[in-house]
Amino acid sequence: MNMKINIKVNGVAHGHDVEPRTLLVHYLRDTLRLTGTHIGCDTSGCGACTIHVNGKAIKSCTMLAVQADGCDITTIEGLASDGKMHPLQEGFHQEHGLQCGFCTPGMIMLAADLLSNNPKPTEAEIRHALEGNICRCTGYHNIVKSIQHAAQNM
Amino acid sequence: MTATTGYIGKSIKRVEDKRFITGKANYTDDIVLPGMTYGAFVRSPYANAKIKKVDTSKAKSMPGVVAIFTGADMTAVNGVPCGWQVNFKNGQTMKEPKHPLLIADRTKHVGDPVAFIIANSRTEAVDAVETVVVDYEKLPCVTNPAAAVKQGAPLVHDDVPNNICFDWELGNPKAEVDAAMTQATHISSLDFVNQRLVPNAMEPRSYIGSYDSTNDKYTLYTSTQNPHLIRLLMCAFVLGIPEHKVRVVGPDVGGGFGSKIYHYTEEALVTLCSQKIGRPIKWTSERSESFLMDAHGRDHVTKAEMGFDKDGKIVALRVKTFANLGAYLSTFSTCVPTYLHGTLMQGLYTTPKINVDVTGVFTHTNAVDAYRGAGRPEATYILERLLDLGALEMGVDPADLRFKNFIPPFDGVKQPGYQTQVALQYDSGNYEGVLKKGLEAFGYKDFRKKQKEAAKSGKLLGVGFSTYIEACGIAPSAVVGSLGARAGLYEVGEVRVQPTGKISVFTGSHSHGQGHETTFSQLVADRLGIAMEDVEIIHGDSDSVAFGMGTYGSRSLAVGGSAIVKSIDKIIEKGKKIAAHKLEASSEDIEFAGGKFTIKGTDKSLSFGEVALTAYVPHVYPKDLEPGLDFVSFYDPVNFTYPFGCHIAMVEIDKETGKVTLQRFVAVDDVGTVINPMIVEGQIHGGVAQGVGQALFEGVQYDDEGQITNGSYLDYCMPRADDFPMFETSGQVTPCPHNPIGAKGAGEAGCIGSTPAVVNAVIDALWSGGKKIKDLRMPLTPERVWTALQ
Repeated sequence: MNMKINIKVNGVAHGHDVEPRTLLVHYLRDTLRLTGTHIGCDTSGCGACTIHVNGKAIKSCTMLAVQADGCDITTIEGLASDGKMHPLQEGFHQEHGLQCGFCTPGMIMLAADLLSNNPKPTEAEIRHALEGNICRCTGYHNIVKSIQHAAQNM
Repeated sequence: MTATTGYIGKSIKRVEDKRFITGKANYTDDIVLPGMTYGAFVRSPYANAKIKKVDTSKAKSMPGVVAIFTGADMTAVNGVPCGWQVNFKNGQTMKEPKHPLLIADRTKHVGDPVAFIIANSRTEAVDAVETVVVDYEKLPCVTNPAAAVKQGAPLVHDDVPNNICFDWELGNPKAEVDAAMTQATHISSLDFVNQRLVPNAMEPRSYIGSYDSTNDKYTLYTSTQNPHLIRLLMCAFVLGIPEHKVRVVGPDVGGGFGSKIYHYTEEALVTLCSQKIGRPIKWTSERSESFLMDAHGRDHVTKAEMGFDKDGKIVALRVKTFANLGAYLSTFSTCVPTYLHGTLMQGLYTTPKINVDVTGVFTHTNAVDAYRGAGRPEATYILERLLDLGALEMGVDPADLRFKNFIPPFDGVKQPGYQTQVALQYDSGNYEGVLKKGLEAFGYKDFRKKQKEAAKSGKLLGVGFSTYIEACGIAPSAVVGSLGARAGLYEVGEVRVQPTGKISVFTGSHSHGQGHETTFSQLVADRLGIAMEDVEIIHGDSDSVAFGMGTYGSRSLAVGGSAIVKSIDKIIEKGKKIAAHKLEASSEDIEFAGGKFTIKGTDKSLSFGEVALTAYVPHVYPKDLEPGLDFVSFYDPVNFTYPFGCHIAMVEIDKETGKVTLQRFVAVDDVGTVINPMIVEGQIHGGVAQGVGQALFEGVQYDDEGQITNGSYLDYCMPRADDFPMFETSGQVTPCPHNPIGAKGAGEAGCIGSTPAVVNAVIDALWSGGKKIKDLRMPLTPERVWTALQ
């Protein structure tokens, strides 16, 4: 029995009938075709699917689409505004914070939440905040620098 | 050599970044084709089991199910091939059992696919998988390679006695090495387990097979490191489809680290079945499946001894390895423990006598193949652990011991290459240079004082060294052919100059994070004296790129880049003829520099753009010259390249918990000529993190039943951001003398050098606290280190 949900994603209102078991990440990717949010695991361990729900970073594989009914969601596609990159997007570019790019949207969304709560984090605080997001390419070195770069420019 | 516009050696920001940071990248799982279906597998829960019956009757009636294929449907289809033939010592060819697309009779490892279900949606496919009833008869299994060769061990393949795929030997005759070893005044000896790892690229493998009946043409979208190789293997060896009727596309790929080199059964299945059902099929691995099915890395059980004379000179090295190949031979599995492992046993040292003996073994486990470094990390681990252990046991300094044994510097031009005892000839090297730089960067002298003081106050600090070498730029086709490779390992680079002077480069290399779009653009713009913005790099599509062998073995710049340079040289050569004709001069009098064709000694010149336009609008044009400015080149290297470096790790052990903290990591890597230092440093960072991951965190655990007991991110300890300090990287440049760029390759260096450095540091810390322990098994978990401290 499908259920009706109304969700605002990147400022656009959507209404869809979804299977109650549909994960939010599948709804975003398959129904809305917002494929910037990635699926890297099946145990909520990697953080590649991190998005913002009502301004807070969550792993969109840990939430059902029906639980997001009425929520305001931002994905990586909605982070830049008026064609201008978010400071974190700029930071990742400037500091070579990405290689294959697969973990990157999740990293950026997680970091945006971190910086909104803690605008000038220490290196240790950044590393601690990244614990739930796995990157296999960068050794995290340049991800930390990217977030520091953004913090200086926000 | 043409003049440059100064793009070489600059940390230019990556041109490919924008699509990745805005969520607009295009990975295989992001692609949706009209009418697409979704596949899911019924996989064996047992390592070794007879399949008595597969009942799919209920699944067939499940909502959305389109088709079901089982092993019985695939008995007439070939299996996936192995790309490298290793012979037994007695000359017999290796054992090469069939690796079927679906299993009909007996499963050979947990995860072996029994049925493939195709449905209108992913969830419907997965729901239907749950309803398939398979009657298995569970049989005993074996997972350890040293145990698998013993008499009476359960057989993986009935026709492979003692589970031995091959036995193999390299270096000096055993008797000579044994004799040399008797001259040693000290022998450092260890029993190693180089544990099995999961590559864990963040993008799970994903494939879409699509068949166009109108044109009788197949398309495979695949998360691969080498689209053309997949096409060749799949068409010629598995499905028997004419190659020109297959397009293979490797779009954006989310990391590989080796695990996406190989031709996997799922690629062939989606391609074959899409033709059978007349609709596209997508299959995307779940992470749990990745743990079971993506080719694993390492898994060697080794006994090795290094003999030293009274002056600390190494006199002999003896290595005996059992290499776990898994249940089936993956594409490059057989060359990893042999030609990428045994051949590296010279290390950076003048060791006069070396014997390496390797037995390749089948077990009831997932296939093992090249994982970042591939054989070279295992070799480096043996050498660097034995050397540091020797230093501790003989009471000499590990850095001094290395200086005593290094091969002296040679540039490969004035001084010849260095002929090793294990087949390879090193191209150029300055090994003492990187250690000197490393010691300075680390502040080694001060450290020993600090360590002693720390020990007095009960703190355990340790330093570990690793001076490594690798064979990259894979590889000269004739050489690897004589060693058993079933493919050539050249690379292809097409440079197409457009009429307006803009450049499209088609490369057979494949980027899955390495930043080729930036590095290759820098290279091309530099050589042609034009702006980087005027160059576009196209890769990953067999319909666009003439051919290619793909990206692995740190080969993209050294081999793929050299192929591009060959085409550029041809463009300049032809451009000179065009310019000469227009300028009414002889082509010998034309020089090309700074983007201009100039008559030597005059100010008469034509810009690159003017020559390009003339080539496509050949109104005033040499009579015997074809119009156009577009060249395809194949570059086959004359030798491997040999990057090397020095890694120094500093650790602290928490005595209460046994937890190891990596406090500093100093890396001095010599990867030859560097095009983009930012990208090279990024490669080193990532490699170091993976190498540290093996030392401290990672390792597949198989239980006695052949089950992986840590097959998820909840259980398999992936390195996290707070496991690392900022890395201290620097470089030295000893150019490769035999390719036109001078590059040696940087992709694997970090992963090869770092693991023994970290383990050596932990052992050093233990010795500083009076715990004279020879070895600890990786990963050095708090439990293992704490136990050692008791």
